Amino acid sequence: MENLISIALNSIFVGNILLAYFLGMCSFLAISKNMKTATGLGIAVVFVLTVTTPVNWLIYHFLLAPGALAWAGFPEVDLSYLKLVLFIATTAAIVQALEMVIDRYSPALYASLGVFLPLITVNCAILGVSLFMVERAYTFPETAVYGASSGIGWALAIITMSAIQKKLRYADVPSGLQGFGINMITTGLMAIGFMLFAGISL
Amino acid sequence: MPDAVKRNRLQRLRKSPSYKALAKALWEANPISKQILGICSSLAVTVQMKTALVMAVSLTLVVAFSSLIISSLRRAIPPNIRIMVEVTVIATLVVLADECLRAFMYEVSRQLSVFVGLIITNCIVLGRAEGYALSNPPWRSFVDGLANGIGYGSVLVGVAFFRELLGSGTFFGYPVVPPFFYKMGYVNNGLMRLAPGAFIIIGLFVWLEHTMLSKKKG
Repeated sequence: MENLISIALNSIFVGNILLAYFLGMCSFLAISKNMKTATGLGIAVVFVLTVTTPVNWLIYHFLLAPGALAWAGFPEVDLSYLKLVLFIATTAAIVQALEMVIDRYSPALYASLGVFLPLITVNCAILGVSLFMVERAYTFPETAVYGASSGIGWALAIITMSAIQKKLRYADVPSGLQGFGINMITTGLMAIGFMLFAGISL
Repeated sequence: MPDAVKRNRLQRLRKSPSYKALAKALWEANPISKQILGICSSLAVTVQMKTALVMAVSLTLVVAFSSLIISSLRRAIPPNIRIMVEVTVIATLVVLADECLRAFMYEVSRQLSVFVGLIITNCIVLGRAEGYALSNPPWRSFVDGLANGIGYGSVLVGVAFFRELLGSGTFFGYPVVPPFFYKMGYVNNGLMRLAPGAFIIIGLFVWLEHTMLSKKKG
């Protein structure tokens, strides 16, 4: 249990998928101008990560890992090199399925999230979390916690960033630094802030 | 008159579509600083020059060959499933690159960890396939992919240069800061080795470039 809590805290703050591993930057910089859309995209990412990461764990451990196909009678087959292709395919399929389910049962939610869902397929954070999950050899409960809390960390970062950008509109930024430049430096300062949580021990 | 011929040839080269594609991707519309694409997987590997260079080379090869293949197939790909086809081509190339790195440069491949795999979701690769290769002939797409990869790689290696120099005082792993500097109280800047350093350096890079470009125009 303690282990799970520390994975959750670590992936939300110190090992934030965006601020420490630079994943999901494209959509982070493109969408963070407006707080409402940033919140929508953040929620969509939490949603997709919570679902896809455990599914990818199941796929990896029952189909791809060395010796995983023992249940089908092929104990020496190692398909782990296929993980990149298969993970991206599952992500795309799950996002598509989610889109259809949300459209069918909650048109209001679809209206606010719908635009962001296709964007998420190519969000590096989703694939990155699945690959980190394999590299760090997490168990199934650890994977579930890691997926969800990475999503929360990403959402927290993008929502904070959009709030800061709203304030920045009133700041007097040198002309060459406006736009992308100041955004990167702000992100750097945010990353310093998030790293301060490294001092907390449970 | 060989001089005039030479000039003529140079002019014709400058007007050729391949040259235009190359120049545009390298300077005017550099993928990182202008299109703000593909920084995702790039920054985490810029702590050292070596990893950054390997990453830049693998990305360049993946972009160039995926553009070549997609452009050759462009009349055969049905438009409504084109993204799936593109991602499949890119993913196959990335798996090849990953396996090659693991076979020939195991140490570096371990340091790059998941970031080689993340080339698949790098917006530059898909963006070039979508935006250029689908509507241009194979050779020109190949050059365009190559140029975009090199443009991206140059920013990556530039960031890595400063991060390694300021963060560890080394260049490709060789110490370049003279020892008496340390005796006089010089300290390596640990911040540069951490994530925030990369963000701040990229920000400063963009500042420099914007200022230079706007001066040129004015």
